[in-house]
Amino acid sequence: MKISHHLDDATLMARAAGALSDGMTLLVDSHLHWCKTCQTKAWEAECIGGELLSDIQPQAMSEGSLDSILGMLDGSEEVVAERAVKVKGSAEVPEPLAQIVGSDLDAIEWKRLGPGVQHYDFNFPGEGACRLLRIQPGVSVPHHTHKGNELTMILRGSYSDDVGRFCQGDVADLDEEIKHQPIVDTGSECICLIATEAPLKFTGIMGRLAQPFIGL
Amino acid sequence: MTAAVAIAEQKKKKERDAWSDLLASLSETRSKVDFSRLYEHFAPRVKAYIIRFGMPVAAAEELTQESMLAVWRKAHLYTRSKASASTWIFTLARNQCIDRLRREKAVEYELPEEEIDPDQRHYGEHAVLEERMSGAIAKLPEAQAQVLYLSYYEGKSHSEISEQLGIPLGSVKSRLRLAFSKLKAHWGEEE
Repeated sequence: MKISHHLDDATLMARAAGALSDGMTLLVDSHLHWCKTCQTKAWEAECIGGELLSDIQPQAMSEGSLDSILGMLDGSEEVVAERAVKVKGSAEVPEPLAQIVGSDLDAIEWKRLGPGVQHYDFNFPGEGACRLLRIQPGVSVPHHTHKGNELTMILRGSYSDDVGRFCQGDVADLDEEIKHQPIVDTGSECICLIATEAPLKFTGIMGRLAQPFIGL
Repeated sequence: MTAAVAIAEQKKKKERDAWSDLLASLSETRSKVDFSRLYEHFAPRVKAYIIRFGMPVAAAEELTQESMLAVWRKAHLYTRSKASASTWIFTLARNQCIDRLRREKAVEYELPEEEIDPDQRHYGEHAVLEERMSGAIAKLPEAQAQVLYLSYYEGKSHSEISEQLGIPLGSVKSRLRLAFSKLKAHWGEEE
């Protein structure tokens, strides 16, 4: 897989800092699973956290805390063995995502969102949105509004917009200041994972999507 | 670099190496004495970090214990050449915070643990570079250091930082990017 669109450094720092929503964490970890370039940077971003931890002003632990933890050490090893067996990823589903939806995109319970568009909503609690979108050829990604950052990762097919062409594994890492209207640019459908900082509101489903942008 | 600064950085590097060596040997020795030394050094730092992350003090104490217990349990996953003890323990503490927040939201699902198999992780030859970062953070311009602290110490999202400082989201991100590239440039410096 040749990845040409990567995560923003600022996004990798937010992940290292533990400052991303669940949906964005899932998307970032999914991309990292496939992208060595970003893995290196993600690690560098974690080193910044390590530095900040060694520089922090320490806060004394309460009395007896060392004794109490020493009492917990024996036998604590057993927990490791209990770890659940991981679901394997596939050519189209990176491992972190496979833990939640399985490794077959066609087996997901898709729901219709509009003409030529299906979705699967993860319904993670908390701020932000995270969905899979399945878009037929020639159809544009549903027009939507969002505040804050928006991440999109391609799992199958490709799409194009003003920024460029996005293929499997690529990530569009955009903030609210960038206006774009991606369109599925080949004869095959496109499936992507999308995660936003703020709730995602689809607008003009009936209007805009009633007229798929075929031939644009 | 003045001689005094050079000596201070040298001392810091020695200390860092000593902690990393101690942690690296823990999976072999399973020494409670060594663990106690690591604990005395890192637990108060982890607690300070968790409090800044926004946890109440009582919860911070408990999460610190869980993080340090993870240090003991997962010591075999630590690879000396790939990260300093401080970085590794930071990621364990951060994961404890994230897990706790997730549980508080009363969720019914579980995100896979982000820990990538250490053998598959691509680190490059970074252990040596890490040593040069500490001084670099202190030298960042105020505006960049501020967003770095808000992000890492307080776990604030870009949007939250943007709101708190009253600056556009794009500025938050560009300041973080600048800080990142400055720190990286500093890593790359020859001694």
